[in-house]
Amino acid sequence: MSLQLFIEQLLNGIQFGFMLFLMSAGLTLIFGVMGLINLAHGSFFMIGAFSASFVAGLTGNFFLAILASLILPALIGIMVEFSVIRKLYERDHLDQVLATFALILIFSEATRYIFGAFPLFLDIPNLLQGNILLPGEIVYSKYRLIIIIIGLFIALGLYFLINRTLLGIQIKAGQNDRQMIRVLGINISRLYTIVFAMGAALAGLAGALIGAIQSVEVGMGEPVLILAFVVIVIGGIGSIKGALIGALLIGVLDTMARLFLPIFFELIMETSQALSLGSSLASMSAYVLMALVLIFRPTGLFGKK
Amino acid sequence: MLTEKKFNLIIVIGIFAFSLIGYVMNEPYFITLATKIVILGIAGCALNLILGFGGMVSFGHAMFFGIGSYVAAISAFHSMNGDSIDLIFFNFNGSNQMLFNWFLAVIFSMFFALVVGSISIRTSGVYFIMITLAFAQMTYYFSIGWTKYGGEDGLSTYVRNDLFSINTMLPLNFFIICFACLCVVGFILNWIINSNFGNFLKGCKENEEKMISLGLNPYTLKLTAFVISGAITGLAGALYVDLNRFVSPTSLSWQTSGELIVLVILGGSARLFGPLVGAIVFILLEQFIGEVTENWQFWLGLILVLIVLYFPKGVSGLFIKD
Repeated sequence: MSLQLFIEQLLNGIQFGFMLFLMSAGLTLIFGVMGLINLAHGSFFMIGAFSASFVAGLTGNFFLAILASLILPALIGIMVEFSVIRKLYERDHLDQVLATFALILIFSEATRYIFGAFPLFLDIPNLLQGNILLPGEIVYSKYRLIIIIIGLFIALGLYFLINRTLLGIQIKAGQNDRQMIRVLGINISRLYTIVFAMGAALAGLAGALIGAIQSVEVGMGEPVLILAFVVIVIGGIGSIKGALIGALLIGVLDTMARLFLPIFFELIMETSQALSLGSSLASMSAYVLMALVLIFRPTGLFGKK
Repeated sequence: MLTEKKFNLIIVIGIFAFSLIGYVMNEPYFITLATKIVILGIAGCALNLILGFGGMVSFGHAMFFGIGSYVAAISAFHSMNGDSIDLIFFNFNGSNQMLFNWFLAVIFSMFFALVVGSISIRTSGVYFIMITLAFAQMTYYFSIGWTKYGGEDGLSTYVRNDLFSINTMLPLNFFIICFACLCVVGFILNWIINSNFGNFLKGCKENEEKMISLGLNPYTLKLTAFVISGAITGLAGALYVDLNRFVSPTSLSWQTSGELIVLVILGGSARLFGPLVGAIVFILLEQFIGEVTENWQFWLGLILVLIVLYFPKGVSGLFIKD
């Protein structure tokens, strides 16, 4: 294997990692601040992808489509927060799991009803099509590079938001002591709505960006959701830094395992078997890492005791 | 309002009557529905032992259900096509005997529950939810990669296994077999819950520190409950293979784990037979909304949300008075 291929795959891993980060950032904030396990977070990923491909089909403009993938999930997020989620904050995890599991059914079926059962496609704009030559003779997809850059900017933006703004201070305070910030006169239900909408918008953006690489279909959110849960558990629940590091770890691990495991198994068995065993073991790798982390650090890498 | 005992009796008799009606009206589909309810009910009640009484939210119980299914299916598969598994000490030829395959399914799921439980129970809360999910996902992806037994396409066993000289292919006969299993499991779980062990387990849910100061070891208590729960779920999985004569990785997926949790909460987690009620409501809703509209999942989701928000004690909580 050439060094170029290795670096290309490494970049793919980082790109996947940043996508997972966009999903996990909202998930970890929602869990950290409101104590809510939100299984329906994957639905916002799907809604983002569908709204982007709908707006792109209507206007032909990719950037309007990306805008729609932020706004629509946020609006639907606010609606759901008002009608259902709000009543779940004081309930135990069990009720939250069931209610948000039911929300997945509702969102998936509604999307299927509106857009039909066939997958949609979202085209990469001309400007971002094709490859770019990186230093060291590495040819890499422009679009994937843009995803990495967007991910970096959002990570920086979130860091700034959490550590340098009033909203960020309120979020951090909310993670530490919910009662206290209520006593200090901060409108806590508005804070909750903002955090939920923000998480939904980030998930929607991730869905739209990925939608241009894969197809846009019902149920696309759940595999990513489960991996995002793995990410936030590895990083430590509530920690944005943990989510970023966990996401990059999982992204790179998953991509590299998919590259190397089949090659490794080809040495000891026939090709078709090696491919299927390798790829299924690669899918397991993220969960193995999570189990290992939890065995040695039961609250994740950056979680509070 | 009824006492819990009367309520349980009504539910069990109701299920039996439902399948008899199906038999009299010559509607085998009714009997299949009742059988499905009974099998998923067994799995739900087993999950509820650790979830409702032990306070351990396992999001990976599909693992034990699926392992039970796969073990039983693989044994039947080898018995059918005659090629044996080389186990170093002896050759295992597979079996088409229900009792033997149940036994295998229970042993294997117990073993996995022991390994997974001994690691997972060190964590608690949301981390417990996630680590059980992680182990279940590992078995899910493993089953997809194991092409010898069908991989992603699943494994067909074509005929049901034998039990004594009963014709198990007749829907009513198979229903009665599953129903008998439900009754046995019900008695065992009832006995466990009301034993000292059961009280200690409930105590671990309420206050673990207090249990430690009483000189008990919560870790061992919880692990024992976890293993029992896994074993019974494995039995349900083996029965499910005989019902469908087919197993696929879907039975190991996180959606299956989610559905098992749905059964428990829908029916009411504080009750022994709550999950059985959950299975009745879930399967009948799925069936009847499915007949009215193609988009039944939407309405099912809506009803589930309303039940969580407004009936936190589950459906059985509406009928039972303490």
